[in-house]
Formats: sequence, C-alpha cells, structure tokens
Amino acid sequence: MSASRRDFVKMTGALVVGFALAPTLALAQDRPRLPGSLNTNRRLDAWLVIEPNGKVTIFTGKIELGQGIGTALSQIAADELDVALERIDVVHGDTARTPNEGMTAGSLSVEQSGTALRFACAEARAVLVSAAATKLGVPATELKVTDGTVTASAGAGVTYWDLAATADLKREASAKATPKPASERTWVGKSVARRDIPKKFTGGAAYVQDIRLPGMVFGRVVRPPSPGARLTAVDEAGVRRMPGVVAVVRDGSFLAVAAVREEQAIRAREALKQSARWTETASLPPSGDALYRHLMSAPAAAETVAEKASATAATPVKTLDALYTRPYQAHASIGPSCAVAQWKDGALTVWTHSQGVFPLRAELAKALAATDAKQIRCIHAEGAGCYGHNGADDVALDAALVARATGGKPVKLQWMRDDEFAWEPYGSAMVMKLAGGLDAQGNVVTWSHELWSHPHSTRPGASEGVNLLAARYLAKPLDPGLPADVPQPAGGSDRNAIPLYEFGNVKVVKHYVAKAPLRTSALRTLGGYANVFALESFVDELAAAAGADPVEFRLRHTTDPRARAVIEAAARRAGWRPGARGDGARGRGFAFARYKNLACYCATVADVDVDRKTGQVRLTRVIAAVDAGQIVNPDGVVNQIEGGIIQSASWTLKESVRFDRTRVTTRSWAEYPILRFDEVPEVEVVLLDRPTERFLGVGEGSQGPAAAAIANAIAQATGKRLRALPFTPERVKQALGVVSVVHGGER
Amino acid sequence: MASFTLRINGERRTVTVDGDTPLLYVLRNDLELNGPKFGCGLAQCGACSVLIDGKDVRACVTPVSIAAKGSITTIEGLGTVQKLHPLQRAFIEEQACQCGFCGGGMVMAAKALLDRNPSPTNQDVRQALNGHLCRCASHNRIVRAVQRAAKEMRS
Repeated sequence: MSASRRDFVKMTGALVVGFALAPTLALAQDRPRLPGSLNTNRRLDAWLVIEPNGKVTIFTGKIELGQGIGTALSQIAADELDVALERIDVVHGDTARTPNEGMTAGSLSVEQSGTALRFACAEARAVLVSAAATKLGVPATELKVTDGTVTASAGAGVTYWDLAATADLKREASAKATPKPASERTWVGKSVARRDIPKKFTGGAAYVQDIRLPGMVFGRVVRPPSPGARLTAVDEAGVRRMPGVVAVVRDGSFLAVAAVREEQAIRAREALKQSARWTETASLPPSGDALYRHLMSAPAAAETVAEKASATAATPVKTLDALYTRPYQAHASIGPSCAVAQWKDGALTVWTHSQGVFPLRAELAKALAATDAKQIRCIHAEGAGCYGHNGADDVALDAALVARATGGKPVKLQWMRDDEFAWEPYGSAMVMKLAGGLDAQGNVVTWSHELWSHPHSTRPGASEGVNLLAARYLAKPLDPGLPADVPQPAGGSDRNAIPLYEFGNVKVVKHYVAKAPLRTSALRTLGGYANVFALESFVDELAAAAGADPVEFRLRHTTDPRARAVIEAAARRAGWRPGARGDGARGRGFAFARYKNLACYCATVADVDVDRKTGQVRLTRVIAAVDAGQIVNPDGVVNQIEGGIIQSASWTLKESVRFDRTRVTTRSWAEYPILRFDEVPEVEVVLLDRPTERFLGVGEGSQGPAAAAIANAIAQATGKRLRALPFTPERVKQALGVVSVVHGGER
Repeated sequence: MASFTLRINGERRTVTVDGDTPLLYVLRNDLELNGPKFGCGLAQCGACSVLIDGKDVRACVTPVSIAAKGSITTIEGLGTVQKLHPLQRAFIEEQACQCGFCGGGMVMAAKALLDRNPSPTNQDVRQALNGHLCRCASHNRIVRAVQRAAKEMRS
C-alpha cells in the first residue's frame, strides 16, 4: 500500500475495516478499473504496436468469425490514432501474441475489445504526440495529426513511424486520454467494406481449412456410433497397411487415423468404421412430446430467477397459461470443424477456429495431462460460421492426439459431415411455461415464466472438468464436469426470461438440468431464442385475451424510451394497422426484445402466408428496427440483424435434431433441412443510431424477436397458436385440424 | 494410381492419383486451390462447386478421372484481387457473406447461370442457387450480388 493510500485509510476508519476483511478489494482499489478488456489486459503495447514501416498492428483477443469484428476494431483504432484505415493490421486470438479476452461470444466483442482499443489508441496517440512535442520543441497542444504525421502550425512535422522507437508504449494504460467525441470520428459510423471479404471470393487462404504446412498429413476421427458406445475391438493392423496411412491412433474408445493424402485418410476412416466393434447403451431421451415430459421430470431444483411484487397492481380478473417447447437444434456450420496441430520438442501448436484460444489452451493442457499450458500455443484461424460452440474446440484435441503419433508432422484434421451433425453440442431442448393475469382494464398484473433447460455453455473453462469430446472416450476418461448456468443479468438458460415490460407481479423460475443426455452448449442467444419466443408469443396471447392491439399492448406496458422507440419504428416502417386481422392464410406478427436485457433493442414485424392444405408456412417479409447504441459499421449491423432473422426463421420453421433412444439419427443435410433461397423472406432493417451512447452488441439481437413474430403472424393469420417449435407443415396441419396426429413428434 | 492431365483455369496440370479420387481433394491438396470447400462430401451443400465445361458440378463427388475429360474452372480462374471478375466484384461490393465458406460455390453457380441466362429474374437466381446452402443467411445479399454482376456483364 502506498504512503498516500495509508494516509487515506487513516482518515477513513470504515475503509480500514473494508481492507482488513477483503484483501482482494484492496487490490482492486490499487488498480483502478479500466474500460472494456483493458481492465484485464492493462499494457498499452498489448493492444497496439506502431511499426517503423508506416503500419499499425492492433491485437485483439476477439476472433473473426465472419461477423466483421476485425473491420469494426480497425475503424475504432484508425479514428483514435488519426491514421488511414489501410495502415491498420489486425492480429486476432493468439496465445503468444494477443490479449486474453476469454471467449468471442455474447455479442460483446465491440463492447469489450472495441472499448479497450478505443482507450488504448487514444492514449497511444497522446504518448506519440507528446514525444513529437519534445522532438519538435512545440507544445503538444499546438500539434495536429494527419494520417500519422504530427505537424506544428509552423509546418515542422514528424511521423508516428519515426517516433516508433522513442515513444514508449511499454507501459500500463491509464485510460486518462479522452477518446474523440462522435463528431470528430472519420471511420466509426461508416459502412466500411469488410477486410476479410476479398480473399474469400478470390480463393485466398482465408480459413483454417486452407492452412498447408510442410510435411502435413491428413487426419480423420472415427467417432462411436452413439454417445454411450464403447469400443471393444478394431482391426488396427489391417488399416495400418492401407495405402498412405501414417498412423492409427486408439486410446480407449478414441479412434483416429492419419494418412499422406486426404482421400486416403477418409478411406482408412471408412475401413476402421467397418471393422470397429462397439457396445452401445440406450442413453438418449425419448422424442416428440415425451422429450419435454422427460426434461420436466428431471431432478432439478426450482430456482427463482426474479421476483417482483407490486403493491398497486390489481387482482387479475382473467388468467391464462400456456406451455411452449423448443427442440434440440444444431449449429450446423457449412464447413465441418477443423484444426491443424503440430508437436515439436514436447510443445504443441494448434491452429484453431475456437472462439477462445486461451480457454482452449487451458482445456487442452488438462486433456493432455502431461502438458503444461505454457507448452501449448493456440492460434486462431477462421473457420466456417459457427454460431456458438460447435465442434471447433473438440477437433483441436482430436488433431493434437493424432499429431502425437505422426513423428512431428503437422496434422490437418477435419470432421466429416456426420461427425459434425452427430457430435456437435446442440442448443438445448427447452420448456417454457407461461402464466399471466389481466385486470379489468386488460393490463397485465401477474406474470410467471417457468423454464426447464440443459446447459447453454459447456465451453472450455465452463466447468472443473474437461469438455473436449475425445477426453471422455480416452482409456483414462476425463469427466466433462457439470457446468453452472450463466448467471444473471445476462443469464444462460434464463436469458431474456425476465420481462422488460411493466407487468406488476412478476416471477421467473428456472429448472436448470445440468446433466444432459445429449451434449448441449452455446447456440446463438443461449436460452434467449426460446425464452423470447415464449414470452413474446404469450404477450400476444394476453393482448388477444384483452382485446388489445399487440403493438399498443406492448407500448402500454413499456416505459424504457429506447424500447418504445424501436417498437414504434418497426410498426411505422411496416405500416402496422392496429386491430388488423389475418384472412385465414396471410397474417402479420409483431415481437420485441432487448437481447440479454442488456444489449441491442430489436423489434420485428413478420408477414406469413400459410398454405392451409399443405401446412407450409411461407415467411414473405420481415422488418426489424434496431437500437445498437453507437454504431461502428452500419452495414455490418444490418448484415448481423438480417442474418439473425433468416437463421432464426430456419430454426423456427424447420429445425430439430433427430435421435432414437441410442443414436443421433441426424447425420446429413437430408435429415436437417435448413431454409433455402426460395424460402428466404425479404428483410428490411431500420437502424436507430445513437452516436453518443455506448456500443450494444447485435449479433444475437434479432433471433428471438424473429421467432415470436413468426408465431404471432401465424396466429393472426389462422387464429391458431403454435407453441411447439419448429412449425413444420405437420404441426401446422395439426393445429389447423387438417390431420389428427396423436403425438406431435419432431419431424 | 494413374496420371491425369487436368485442363484447369486455362492451364494444364498433371497429377498422379487414384482415378476415383474426388476432384475436390486434388484441387485443394495437389493444386493448392482454396476456392472449392469441403462442406459435406455428399453433394448436398454446394460449397465445393466448380464448373466443368461451363456446368456447375459438385467436386466432392466427381471422380478426377471424369473431371479430366472436361475443362475445369474454379473461382481462382475467374479473377484475382487485382483483376476481379464482375461476379467477384459484385459479391465484394454487396458484402454478400458473413463467414463466406459457401461463397465460392455460390459464385460458381452464379457464373453457370449468367452464362446461360444473362438477364435472370430474382426468381431465376433463387432457383439456380436453391441447391446451395448458406447458414449465415446472406441469401438476399447474394441475390443482389448476382444481379449487380449480371447488369455489369450486360453493359
């Protein structure tokens, strides 16, 4: 403790007690809180380097996954430094080079990394200008910076690149340099073209799949036929004799192969599959409606997430309840997961499209028990869009295990399509039980949301165990552990379950079933998609019971001016007509949410056309209004919101993972259809820019509202309420009474 | 193994592989072309699409022995960052992707479409690309990009 701090403590008795009881608090107070990820990565030179050759390299722990984060961060850095955008190079997620910012998840990258870079670059600019002032013999206040050249009014100048050697960025950030006001920014707020796109359309090496190293061989895994299976016998020797085979790796029930050529590895995988004998156990839950009864009967304590009692709310005169369900749904990346691994002198290097290179490194160290994390380097390379926690981390361990057997040769291991569908961790099945009461004026006075769910984050680091797939099949298996739910205010299973509306008496309860029969983890929005689907569907059900217009009903219960603004903007753009009714086939639905109740605000209007004979729902148009606070790249925001809407439409109308009591039977796109070009709606996005507000993440803002707007549109069109996702033709026909089906069944 | 001389992107390249090797692995690993991607290996998704004699084919299920009989074009054969083909320029200008993994296949399918129909309707474009999957949901941007390229190629 410094002398001044000691003096300070002497004067304030209360603080002495505080320090004595809480040493960590003292530590925190010694190091003031810095903005964004600067708080946990406090050195300036961890974030940027001024290169003598006229370039600036910025370092971020956040990784590019096609969301355009590299471009957005370069816009922020260029503005604060006063350099041209072309001068900025971006290094993403590398355990040897970049700050540790945990996961790239939760629509937090601009908030966390963008904020850190903004302050780091503003401070670096101040350091550079101060160095220039010394060199030029002119007060810093009389200097201006144009594209990295610092000039005095008299005309003398010096560049950042000349100052690179003397201006000391090897220091702890203070965050005392004030970033530019919105009016002085050049790049932020502009739809700058994404820097990752040109190479993607010209055959450049853009992905981990495109990495080629000298002597590299190709790996494939032979996964068990079912999650509960164990390997009893396999003809390893026979496969070793196959052309090109470099190694067959068997460790317990983990089975894999490496070969000189990729097609040879695929043939060897097939041969291993043919010869392998497994014992299987029926470890999977039932399907159809029984799945949800099974989930609701799992032993999990009821935990109150939120409870609010109103002294003024009247007693309800009308009550309603409804049960909504969401099946297991897949990330279903277009490119199966892939990693490149190489061992050299006991050290491991992994090129990975994991969303968190540092957590992956720690998890790999646990899985490869003999290896110190310091001996592992994880380097990010883009993969196909992942939409959350898919097989990216798992395949990194697969590649590392195979590369131990190739004598130092690097191994590129890519999953096959069936590996990805059968083994990625799915978005959890969920049940949402909603109940609500209206007073005599048709206002909501009681609201209850009870939900049942498996985990929504089993990413590396989420538990004490090792949640890399291969680890649980090794001869000495490693338990994946039981992850805790993501806590509020962001929430995991209960994300967006707490209504933002003024509903009088509110109670939200979750049943978090940590042990999952099928692997589950983060799929875009975690529980937010299903909770918003249920909540916003039920708002419409209550509005109907109150005889109110859905938009007016929402506004009546909304005080947050920013929420009101997006609701009004979406309704206005859509030409919403209060009290309009569907004609039996065509209908229009409304929904709203603020993602996580913390990130962007989004309201959607969906138009559907229901074919009453076939049960086919055609989503023709979706309008969204979004408030993402200060917008860094408007076209990037539109791209995220539009993509989120269409992906959510696909989840909502088509998607559920199929399985029997033993095996996952979704193995290809034939069993997991997604929305195609001829089914994709027109999408229009209205942005409400608020340049003086802080950044709000958008990557997961539109999925929940899109789903609920579709459900509400179908209800408006047909008078029938669909509460079980997805809204397949069979379900629609059943609801319309076209066919009678005893059990809903996932189809 | 046997030798095959491929006519690809205006060059002749000889490879020694088994005749039933899917073209995709020859393109990616022997010829080091990144454009065609492995997505499913089942001809379901279109990420591996290339043109053979102007027709959009799935390289993941096309044996190299068959491919060797025609003239092959991958996205690398259309243009470069310095000298873009109108389709590549249009996809970049429309920012018509998020992850872009499906994008090479989309461009090749669009090339086959525009070669046979220089003035497609939006419906024609959607129909031509319907067998191509995009998970990031950039469909509408992709349709706009194809129309932008069509317009440029007509003028």
